[in-house]
Amino acid sequence: MLIESYVCERVLSRALSKGGDFAEVFVEDRRSSSARYDDGRVEELTSGRDRGAGIRVIVGETTGFAHTSDLSDAGLDAAALAAATAARGGGGGTRTVALAGDGGVAASGVMPEMVEKSAKIELLQRADAQARSVSPTIRSVSVSYADSRRRIQIANSDGLLTGDDRVRTRFMVQCVANGDTGMQTGMEAPGRGMGFEFFDDFDVESVARTAAQRAVSLLAAVPAPSGQMAVVLKRGAGGVLFHEACGHGLEADLVQRDASVFKDRIGTQVASPLVTVIDDGTFAQEWGTAAIDDEGQPAQRNVLIDKGMLTDYMWDLVRARKSGRVSSGNGRRETYRHLPMVRMTNTYLPAGETDPDEIIRDTEYGIYCVQLGGGQVDTATGDFVFGVTEGYLIENGEITRPIRAAQLVGNGPQSMNLVDAVGNDFETRTGTCGKSGQGVPVSSGQPTLRVARMTVGGTAS
Amino acid sequence: MSDEQSLLTLCQSIAGSAADGEGIEAYATRSRETDIDVFAGEIESLSVAGSSGIGIRVIANQRQGFAWAGSLDADVVADTLQEARDNARYSEPDEHYGLVDLATAQQFDRPDLMLWDSRLEAVDLETKIEYALELDKRVRGADARIRNVESTNYGDGLVESALASSMGIAATNRRTIASASAVAIAGDADDTQTGYGFSVGRAFEDLDADVILAMAVERSTRLLGAQQPPGRRIAVIFDPMVTASFLGVLSSAFNGESMLKGRSLFLDRIGESVAANCVTLTDDPTDAQSLGAAPYDAEGVACRSNPLIVNGVLQTFLHNSYTARRANTATTGSAVRGGYRSTPGVGVRSLRLVSGALDPIELVAGYGEVLYVQAVHGLHSGTNAISGDFSVGAEGIMMRDGGYQEPVREITIASTLPKMLHAIVGIGNDVTYLPGGTVGVSVLMNEMTMSGA
Repeated sequence: MLIESYVCERVLSRALSKGGDFAEVFVEDRRSSSARYDDGRVEELTSGRDRGAGIRVIVGETTGFAHTSDLSDAGLDAAALAAATAARGGGGGTRTVALAGDGGVAASGVMPEMVEKSAKIELLQRADAQARSVSPTIRSVSVSYADSRRRIQIANSDGLLTGDDRVRTRFMVQCVANGDTGMQTGMEAPGRGMGFEFFDDFDVESVARTAAQRAVSLLAAVPAPSGQMAVVLKRGAGGVLFHEACGHGLEADLVQRDASVFKDRIGTQVASPLVTVIDDGTFAQEWGTAAIDDEGQPAQRNVLIDKGMLTDYMWDLVRARKSGRVSSGNGRRETYRHLPMVRMTNTYLPAGETDPDEIIRDTEYGIYCVQLGGGQVDTATGDFVFGVTEGYLIENGEITRPIRAAQLVGNGPQSMNLVDAVGNDFETRTGTCGKSGQGVPVSSGQPTLRVARMTVGGTAS
Repeated sequence: MSDEQSLLTLCQSIAGSAADGEGIEAYATRSRETDIDVFAGEIESLSVAGSSGIGIRVIANQRQGFAWAGSLDADVVADTLQEARDNARYSEPDEHYGLVDLATAQQFDRPDLMLWDSRLEAVDLETKIEYALELDKRVRGADARIRNVESTNYGDGLVESALASSMGIAATNRRTIASASAVAIAGDADDTQTGYGFSVGRAFEDLDADVILAMAVERSTRLLGAQQPPGRRIAVIFDPMVTASFLGVLSSAFNGESMLKGRSLFLDRIGESVAANCVTLTDDPTDAQSLGAAPYDAEGVACRSNPLIVNGVLQTFLHNSYTARRANTATTGSAVRGGYRSTPGVGVRSLRLVSGALDPIELVAGYGEVLYVQAVHGLHSGTNAISGDFSVGAEGIMMRDGGYQEPVREITIASTLPKMLHAIVGIGNDVTYLPGGTVGVSVLMNEMTMSGA
């Protein structure tokens, strides 16, 4: 354990010394390392260490919060007092807290700190060489490796004492190709919730080829068309779209804030019957997976939309308490410096029954998206916009030319109602979800599927 | 000893431990922050916190290593120095690695900037809480169409930092910032729109609730009833915040590191026309009013105003000492770092366009129909400073007949960065100091592609 149980008990009692309904101490010790290979050589090796504690006190609707990097008894006591003061409880008296539990299970696998730095660098060199060999048009290659090990401990005034040990590893290749149409970029960045054994399954050469081929294919790309058309999202490619355009609106904090288009829609049809949406924090070794959430609640598999019917939102402790129910294990925070809030983990649409090739053959005209960039959504309206970083035209049931600079513009609920074909394949992608200035690791996934109509904004005249 | 002096002492003791032939640079910060979120008329969260951290760079045998820690505890600092040394062993040699010498750092005078307003220290928590609650209440009641307030926030920070190196660099800085904002939700029978309003300054007293109120109400209510218009080619005018986003995308094209790696749009274009004649763009961290102002850069080199484009002609790339050595030129004092967790890279601090004499309505006179762009979405995915592609989601209002007409939504606007720079036909007088450091102003472009229905 990072902090002895009796110290946590004392800190919690102190946090409640000015009154309060709930107090929590979250302790974290995180080590990270990264290496970047750029311009054909090792450019940067970085190591980071972050440790500290965040203490919160809840009084009614108000949360008082303080954090400190000083884990001494005096540092923790000062932070507990600051959180209590910030919560402005107005009450007082003594409350003792008795904790039961342990520090959780230690991470398994090949711990990144046990791996020689030279072994990490060798991966970068291999990926760089492979990317450059794809085409003479590849002008520059940037490869990076990143790992982190985050040990956390959580204790709260309900008597909970628990912890987790999370290891993540990610590999990224970015290529620039240069041709008659100017420079084009291609990127691929897989990651998993596991240690260095990640590279037993993931072939860095194939990651490099994918990124390089993406940049090269864009050299021959024509400007994307504009207007309303069918959009086919390749397996994996569109998960981020549903994460943004649908997932965020299902977060209970946004619903309670009247900032969700899905408010008051439980039990109603919000999507095509072909659409089921699941958020699953237990998905083995995925980027958004953990044994417990950052409030100590066990991770769960939550069905949010079942065959088009809205079944539930996602919840953290605060929002769940307010609604008199239990948390769904979706309380997450970026670091001990941040307050937890409702966040997604691994959000996906499960596979359907149609052969993906059949979906393309059945599309007269539209675009085929193989990779989407980031996107943005206004959760109050459901309006979204997404960039297509690898896409192709579909003409008469066939994938024809690559397109560049396409944007998808639409509305979440509308697009989910317009899903008219769902493939029998499936893939996930790794990402960082940003919300209120906090980034947390998530994944998203989906089978190949078609949205019958979406607005495509391109530059073709 | 004041706080930044104690940080300097720590940095100097680390730098002083450099062995023969080894260069060490240490950068340390300590900050105090308050953050208040109001929702539904109540304090939703109130956070008070102190943070500190250190970043250590070691250069030995032309190899560089870096490590950081979010703690100034002696054992952690010692480990961090050890990690930085270890990382240097595994990196590859590069003759251009090096710490800045004193002569380079002091070639220009450090601008004398007052970035610290001690009044902020004197404001008690209750006053800040009352301010946030009152702001929330006022936004709520500001207009019959304001249905709710998505969030109201007050935040401030006092940041002290120090930098020292074994080359004799020793510098300290401190700055304050206070900001408040609100996101209003406006609604009518069949539409909901949100609008953001903010105010920012160096002291609590600089904040102007009236400005926040007016901005949040105007920006939310004027979009009510927005429809998707048919696509076409159209002149556009960017709101100052949208201009800041556009300049943000463009900024990497001036980056000396991007240039050296062949990733700049402006490669080999110095002295050439890259924008319309009316465009003069400067990176100026020497204006204390800008939130991006700084006396010295991340390597301790004095900051100065760097003209990037003058009357449409490209002047220079920006450099830190490393990229300057590689490009065989001088540093422009443009080393930046994202806090103690990163090595000094190259970046802009406070981009600004030379402003004009006209307001947006006067600016568009004579252009028939113009799309006023209030906000853009999807900048990260829809823009690419290397290929120059620019295609983003947008919302705004059509301008016609000397005024603002119907609002529009669910559109994208697209062009390329080079075309956009040449399409600029007017720059407004509405200079706005923005939280990110960029100084925004309205910009009129004579053509972009708008896609809609």
